[in-house]
Amino acid sequence: MEFFRSHVLVCSGVNCSFKGSRSVRNALVEEIEKQGLGQEIKVVETGCFGLCEEGPVIVVYPEAVHYCRVSPGDVGEIVEEHLRKGRIVNRLLYRGEAFPKAVQTWEQIDFYSRQKRVVLRNCGLIDPDNIDEYIARDGYEALGRVLRHLEPGEVIGLIKESGLRGRGGAGFPAGLKWDFTASAPGDQKYLICNADEGEPGTFKDRLILEGDPHSVIEGMTIAAYAIGASKGYIYFRGEYNLSIDRLTQALKQAREYGLLGENIFGTGFGFDIEIKVGAGAYVCGEETALINSIEGKRGEPRYKPPYPASAGLWGKPTCVNNVETLANVPPIILNGAEWFRSIGTEKCPGTKVFTLTGNITNAGLIEVPMGITLREVIYDIGGGIPNGRKFKMAQTGGTSGGCLPGALLDVPMDIDSLAAAGSALGSGALMIMDDSHCIIDVVKCFLQFFRHESCGQCTPCREGTWRLYELVDKISRLEATMEDVELLRRLSRTMEDASLCALGQTAPFPVLTTMRFFPEEYEAHIKKGVCPAGICSAVSQTA
Amino acid sequence: MAITKEQLESVEERVQNIVSVYEAKEDCLLQILHDVQADNNSLSEAELIQVARAMDIPLSRVYGVATFYSMYSVRPRGKYVIRICESAPCHITGAQAVIRAFEQSLGIKMGETTEDRKFTLEYTSCLGVCGVAPAVMINEQVYGNLTPAKVQEVLATYNED
Repeated sequence: MEFFRSHVLVCSGVNCSFKGSRSVRNALVEEIEKQGLGQEIKVVETGCFGLCEEGPVIVVYPEAVHYCRVSPGDVGEIVEEHLRKGRIVNRLLYRGEAFPKAVQTWEQIDFYSRQKRVVLRNCGLIDPDNIDEYIARDGYEALGRVLRHLEPGEVIGLIKESGLRGRGGAGFPAGLKWDFTASAPGDQKYLICNADEGEPGTFKDRLILEGDPHSVIEGMTIAAYAIGASKGYIYFRGEYNLSIDRLTQALKQAREYGLLGENIFGTGFGFDIEIKVGAGAYVCGEETALINSIEGKRGEPRYKPPYPASAGLWGKPTCVNNVETLANVPPIILNGAEWFRSIGTEKCPGTKVFTLTGNITNAGLIEVPMGITLREVIYDIGGGIPNGRKFKMAQTGGTSGGCLPGALLDVPMDIDSLAAAGSALGSGALMIMDDSHCIIDVVKCFLQFFRHESCGQCTPCREGTWRLYELVDKISRLEATMEDVELLRRLSRTMEDASLCALGQTAPFPVLTTMRFFPEEYEAHIKKGVCPAGICSAVSQTA
Repeated sequence: MAITKEQLESVEERVQNIVSVYEAKEDCLLQILHDVQADNNSLSEAELIQVARAMDIPLSRVYGVATFYSMYSVRPRGKYVIRICESAPCHITGAQAVIRAFEQSLGIKMGETTEDRKFTLEYTSCLGVCGVAPAVMINEQVYGNLTPAKVQEVLATYNED
């Protein structure tokens, strides 16, 4: 084994990549070679650190010094000063608004120190393309333990005891889902990992898969053993080509090590995973639509019951779990259900990965204990609202989630508390909007999304999403009456009650929550004929 | 417009080769269409017919799938498909200005293709790169943190070839 006195970790997450992390990495390798340090210093491409706003990010170990906004032009100085002479390059350190003094190591940065990393335990620490690095961090130990020492029923019991709930949006208890599939009659069963991350503002699953693909593969294999599946699928969005490449590589390595395939750990248990790729359809995130898509069909949701646990893929018992849910499984096996329950809240144990987007200083990826308040996430971790603007609205749960006003900033971020407050935790997307924006305008944007993504199968959703859009467009053109608002409310209720799947059921949600929490915006547009933010006008902006 | 024998024959071999890679398995239809489309960013009627023949499934099934998913197009598209995200996180960080910049620079509206068949402008669903919103995807390449000025820089790199 080779030893290096320093490791330079370069974020290769998707956001840093677009900011040029690859050329930073190449420049580092070249400069280190040029200065004859190739035997002493290793450059590693790793998964997302989370502070995407400040990318490209690199971290130099063993000191854990965190550099932001690094360009290839900075590389010469980093190598010469830091790596050769041991002097930190001050001008590239992170400067938070609360800390005008530059912070040096990544643990010192508020953005990281307030987080609790379970799912993202390896993101930004290991090279995702190298299975050995995952194994060195206790990777595949949980699988070994499960296959050698636990019966499938005991694994299900452990997950039930941990209280792990689905992280894709619905929050269904994972152990119960496994139990239903395990006890369904049938010899052939399937496990599906739902990586069809389509909720606008959500990019956690891709960063988990790109930063630590083996944690998902290990979680899937454990789940497959528990429910008795010999075949698994990961269903990706067609747009996620980097994730697909990483996972293809990880699957190959796992097979070479005998961690997938026949007779895993010599126990006689066999399981393998096939990748399936979608082609652009939001509705395929719905599990029965996803199953249709894997079968090579139009991704239209099926009637339920029967649920996939009894009749799913090709009519066989099937369990569909989200990426983040599965990545939680190995740590639960290793540390126990009690450990997991010690994190988060009583009814929602564990952590949640959130993606911060919109008007927020530290846009990016975070993982925090369930139950942390919205205020803490926005101000302590997210660094608040940039450009001297004021907070106006936070949308939790993505475009199908609810819109919360400043008065509700102290709501705990967990499945039940957010539901009680009138919103949803959903997939963990969190979009922050400042006071320069108009509620009606952004609701119109949400509805534009839904009318485009409705699959057209059931009438309430196919027709309803268009009529919702038209009504809100009318408000934005300052032509609506209060009767239109009543119609909007009635139509919303009808869609919630009568749509076939969650798409149509949740499409009215941002309408209803903004009507509830921002009634003054609706009234200003309708009764006074003005847009308080000055965005909407009598001439429609989008045709 | 009726499809000609020549049009059908010109794509036959290529489609058959792609289908055979997937052993004509029905559940691979999406991947097959991705591969068939890779050559010119759209699926022609002749190609759809040949896919149906090679897989021995009804043309209506192939057409149904090809028109259900937004990444496929049964209308001709340009060499470069510029897919612009107008989801909420991109919307509030300036996607509208980015759209206008693309439309003005290329002289076409969203959904249209330039006369030289080089660029097509389309909306896309969320690209999952909201950390660098507003974002667009040009064929396989994603660009983030866009402004109208950056749009010009990005387009310049494509105008070189």
